[in-house]
Amino acid sequence: MTVTKYWQAINQALHEEMARDDSVIVIGEDVAAPGGPFAATKGLLESFGPDRVRDTPISEAAIVGAALGAAMAGYRPVVEVMFLDFVTVAMDQVVNQAAKVSYMSAGNFSAPMVIRSICASGRRTGPQHAQNLEAWLAHVPGLKVVWGSTPADAKALLKAAIRDDGPVYVIESLAEWSTRAEVAEGEEIVPIGSAAVRHEGEDLTVVTWGGAAPRVATAVDLVHDVSVEVIDLRTISPWDRETVLGSVRKTGRLLVVHDAVVEFGVGAEIAATVATECFDQLRAPVRRLGAPYAPAPFAPQLEEAYLPHPEAITREITRTVQTVRNAS
Amino acid sequence: MTTTRDARTSIGRDLALDLYQTMMTIRRFETIAGELFAAGRLPGFIHLSIGQEAVAAGVCAALEDTDYITTTHRGHGHCIAKGGRVTEMMGELYGREGGYALGRSGSMHIADNAVGILGANAIVGGGIPMAVGGALAAQLAGHRQVSVSFFGDGAVAEGVAHECLNLATLWKLPIVFVCEHNGYAEMTPVSTHLANPDVTQLAAAYGMNATAVDGNDVAAVLAVSREAVARARNGGGPSFVQARTDRWRGHFEGDPQRYRPREEVQAMTDRDPIAAWRSVLGAEHGVSDDELDSMDDRITAELTSAVEKAEAMPLSDPAGLTRFVYPEASR
Repeated sequence: MTVTKYWQAINQALHEEMARDDSVIVIGEDVAAPGGPFAATKGLLESFGPDRVRDTPISEAAIVGAALGAAMAGYRPVVEVMFLDFVTVAMDQVVNQAAKVSYMSAGNFSAPMVIRSICASGRRTGPQHAQNLEAWLAHVPGLKVVWGSTPADAKALLKAAIRDDGPVYVIESLAEWSTRAEVAEGEEIVPIGSAAVRHEGEDLTVVTWGGAAPRVATAVDLVHDVSVEVIDLRTISPWDRETVLGSVRKTGRLLVVHDAVVEFGVGAEIAATVATECFDQLRAPVRRLGAPYAPAPFAPQLEEAYLPHPEAITREITRTVQTVRNAS
Repeated sequence: MTTTRDARTSIGRDLALDLYQTMMTIRRFETIAGELFAAGRLPGFIHLSIGQEAVAAGVCAALEDTDYITTTHRGHGHCIAKGGRVTEMMGELYGREGGYALGRSGSMHIADNAVGILGANAIVGGGIPMAVGGALAAQLAGHRQVSVSFFGDGAVAEGVAHECLNLATLWKLPIVFVCEHNGYAEMTPVSTHLANPDVTQLAAAYGMNATAVDGNDVAAVLAVSREAVARARNGGGPSFVQARTDRWRGHFEGDPQRYRPREEVQAMTDRDPIAAWRSVLGAEHGVSDDELDSMDDRITAELTSAVEKAEAMPLSDPAGLTRFVYPEASR
């Protein structure tokens, strides 16, 4: 184990997978000679050459589609779509094409490809660079969506995504870019679809992921009178139902915390599933905490108010636990 | 510039007959599909390429099985010309378990890895980047494969088409862009949908070789395709072929075609690529009408059998409808 920054962990994953498998290629805007807009692809060009590491024009649809075609023809492309917001420009290739190739050909073709994007939520990047669009992606059958909130998970999930035989969307947190933590050198794979229990507890389950996960960790440290179980989903789709449902069956309470707007979000899917599957065990209404139904604002004080901050999370934890069922 | 006369003389008798067989198979397949659709036996909707057969036949005759194509919602012809199996295609049109995609996809999504069909596509312009990716894979592997993307003049107004022309030229990819220019974007004429209807000028502006050809002359299409494919195979990068042709049917079967006069379609049938090629076969290769008629009969028999087999296939099983959402190896 070595102490590694979040971005360096991503960089290591790319280096290791490209060295392990010649079919892995990296394409995207500014990924080769510049080494990536935020250095995630640093050194790849020097190590693996201009055939396998390519700068592209600012043509998100064409480069995602080209990655798809190359994947169908036997390669494992990792395409960088710089900010998650920019995937909207390539949405046909993601939603109509890559996600459906296996299904539309009844398995005759597959698309072993990775799309990486930064979510810059929390970094004052404004309405078109700071959106949390994971629900858009998770709503598309055939597309897997992962989001590591720690350096170790960012690395291990990216490696798993590259080895997956279908398209995987990998979201990365710019707000965690310089966070340091222990990361394994070489092989460590987090299976796609497995959540991590970050903190064990008895009174309440908090499910979170991505950019909200570090703030949930801070919040839980501030709570002393409630025993909180924290689950970092890590994979948004397909999500780890067993771990979440098992935890809620134990605690009887669920709070979902995410940075995306609450309405029509991934939290709704989890809440509805828990409401159905854990009806008998629930001791309080399922709650969701996320951004208000507004675009991501730029100004620091606005963005601070927009994202669930630790105090808001502790307040919601307390409110959920204090809810008492009226005797009927 | 290759003349039509030169193009014809470079085609031997066997290849000339193959081209005829391909075009007639497409014509009959689609005619039968149109009849089945009108009779209410095929679900959904279908788009026919009757009148455009020479483009599919001419281009694909320049390709190997290992080369890639992507095509469009009007893609039956390209799939047949590239070696797609008509029984599985018909089964897919019927939505049966024996169809190419087990009934998951229908007419607009025929794909076949064995013969390089990366897929037909129901999104206008959606298949072009995939063909670029096939070319990228070929370039990386050094396999001398070529990728071809078929699309219509309607797709030229999609931004992604231009992204792909730019990217393919930058990376000198082994790809041939084939614009089947039938003068319509669905129901809208080219005068209304393209600022410059000569698409070769747009392609040439990206720096690639761009050629216009009579898309109803199969020999001419084959000649320009051979040139473009050879350029791609030999590392010369992308080419663009604009094949002007005619869509005899509406945008979809059942389209009342109020946007064009009946006489326009009548004039198209006077430019029938198959009738023209029949004349060439007789005049230049000594093929008799009897020989061609019996080939027609064999084609009809094969397609009738495909329909019978498709009708005998079991209906796609709803119990398995979530199968292949993910590739099975990764589940």
